[in-house]
Amino acid sequence: MTDLTVTEAAAGATALKRRRPAARTRRRHRGLNGRSLAVLVFLTMCALFFCVPLYVVLTTSLKTMEEIRQGQIFALPDTWTLEAWRFAWNEACSGITCEGLKVGFWNSVRILVPSLILSISLAMVTGYALALWEVKWAGTFLFLLFLCAFVPLQIIMFPLIAITRSMGVYGTILGVAVVHAVMSMPVLTLIFRNYYKDIPAEIMNAAIMDSGSFWRIFGEIILPMSGNILIVVLILQITNVWNDYLIGVTFGGYNTQPMTVNLANMVTVSTGTASYNVDMAAALLTAIPPLVVYFLVGKFFVAGITAGAIKG
Amino acid sequence: MPSVHFEHIVKAYGAVTVLDDLNLSVDDGDFLVLLGPSGCGKTTLLNMLAGLTDVTDGRIMIGERDVTDLDPKDRGLAMVFQSYALYPTKTVRGNLKFGLSAAKLPREEVRRRVEWAAQVLQIEPLMDRRPSQLSGGQRQRVAIGRALVKHADVLLFDEPLSNLDAKLRTEMRLEIKRLHDELNPTVVYVTHDQIEAMTMATKIAVMNGGVIQQFGTPDEIYETPANLFVASFIGAPAMNLKAARVTKRDGRVAGVFDGGQTIALDDYRFRATPEEGRPIVVGMRPEHFAPPGAPLDAAAATLDLPLQHTERTGSDATGYLKFDDGLLALRVEPGHAARLRAGETVRVGFPRGKANLFDAASGERL
Ligand SMILES: Nc1ncnc2c1ncn2[C@@H]1O[C@H](COP(=O)(O)OP(=O)(O)O)[C@@H](O)[C@H]1O
Ligand SMILES: [Mg+2]
Repeated sequence: MTDLTVTEAAAGATALKRRRPAARTRRRHRGLNGRSLAVLVFLTMCALFFCVPLYVVLTTSLKTMEEIRQGQIFALPDTWTLEAWRFAWNEACSGITCEGLKVGFWNSVRILVPSLILSISLAMVTGYALALWEVKWAGTFLFLLFLCAFVPLQIIMFPLIAITRSMGVYGTILGVAVVHAVMSMPVLTLIFRNYYKDIPAEIMNAAIMDSGSFWRIFGEIILPMSGNILIVVLILQITNVWNDYLIGVTFGGYNTQPMTVNLANMVTVSTGTASYNVDMAAALLTAIPPLVVYFLVGKFFVAGITAGAIKG
Repeated sequence: MPSVHFEHIVKAYGAVTVLDDLNLSVDDGDFLVLLGPSGCGKTTLLNMLAGLTDVTDGRIMIGERDVTDLDPKDRGLAMVFQSYALYPTKTVRGNLKFGLSAAKLPREEVRRRVEWAAQVLQIEPLMDRRPSQLSGGQRQRVAIGRALVKHADVLLFDEPLSNLDAKLRTEMRLEIKRLHDELNPTVVYVTHDQIEAMTMATKIAVMNGGVIQQFGTPDEIYETPANLFVASFIGAPAMNLKAARVTKRDGRVAGVFDGGQTIALDDYRFRATPEEGRPIVVGMRPEHFAPPGAPLDAAAATLDLPLQHTERTGSDATGYLKFDDGLLALRVEPGHAARLRAGETVRVGFPRGKANLFDAASGERL
């Protein structure tokens, strides 16, 4: 999160380059007054709110069980060990299988990739058609999409189960991926459509006079202009699909459940004594992939949200 | 190069009819300028010719072909847009090539045409840049290049110079004129700038409110405007339009202005002799006035009027005289203008045979 705010400030600074001298002179006159002190206190509290639990989770995952039983949750580990991480990844039991979180991890990856490809490619082309071509009933269609974007999964869960079962994909990886794609289509289509709507009509007219082909214009003109919004949608979708629990637990079958479900089973249903260090390590392992995505492309995310289709 | 014909064109957006039964023909090799104030339907007409907007009713012919329902890319046209509309992610070369490779031309032919256009427009050093790395004038050249490479029979321009500064505009005006003289395509050029129209066109169609007010050569439009709208729209400073009434003296037709001054109209070529007392509007071009102090014999009207102020526009100067409630503009030598004092009464003459007369009620030329 800190990384995001820093890049955001940087992006803001470039965007406001022209106004910068004025801002700088104003800042020079400003000391640490009451207002900024209040902001500082607030931010510190927020940071603690996130950091303290994170600290506990991290240190606990690096301790042995004997140390944890002593009950000093804020103490640093006496002996640092990755044993809990290894156990969580390779051996921890979820239900009756004891193959660790790696099963769930690979399931999640195998759900993520097809659902990303399916939802983004479909939403992109639909958004392009709705924004830049004359589509009959486009207004009605957009309104329906808008409504669909607000339909909670719970309402349509039972019919969806019936549908996926009759299609023969219920309980399979593909089934979970398709449900993810379907559920995110409305919002993604609206996002792409709004982005493409800003492309000047004259560019589209020029392309229509030059080529006139729906796919050629998409591939050669529109797709290369979509980099910014693609990053945004990718991050949204990866986080969304990876962190999902309900779809995974409902539509995933035995051994095809995503990492989150895997994790929940492991923490709640494990027999014998609770191994807090393994639980913490498992939780961290599950949270790592979206974080990695943030760190890799986070700075493009902010740029993508603020930039339009046309540069310069 | 083909001719272009608009036949009984109707265009409606929902309940609003923008163009109603419009007819217009452009001969091959002509440079037609559609001239009119903003919102009068010029772009709509051009887009219909390009196939970017549907025609509600009527027919568009290019040469012998009825193109009314043809796809834009099949009409044999190329267009230059007001905002240049270059593809932002492609280089200049990519912009020029896109239409050609989309038309599946052989690679060698594509290369040859792109090089030719680059050379004609002197954009060779820019070929690998992106549009965002170009100045406005350079972008406009690339946009024209993108139209030229297609070797289209008919070139369309929609206000291509309106985003350029004055100096570049003059330069590009000459450039487009030169291209037309060299390549001689049929051109349909839309603008609201009468100077562009007067300097480039072989034919001008003056439009207002979706109706073609007059169609003719620049000289015809300037010398014999068909109605009050054309008279007031063409010319800078604008034609002086003053209300008057027809009188007859010794069998000769004259006009009496509302302020009592008279102007002899007996050598005006009336389409039909007007009856006495008819309200008319007399149009007098500022440059037709005899300069203050010049010999005034045989003038149609001689006026003694107080000077309001003078205005210098480089090579010219304009003097504004108080005339009834309004002002009367006339051209003066810049040297002379400097010697005139505001408030001073000057005597100016308007020569015979130069006045334009319009019916006050209908606005039509008499
Ligand atoms: N897509 C549209 N929907 C409704 N009205 C339109 C549309 N495009 C243009 N118009 C109307 O048609 C008239 C002519 O527009 P346009 O051809 O763009 O004028 P010009 O190019 O001469 O400035 C204007 O009154 C405009 O409001
Ligand atoms: Mg226009």
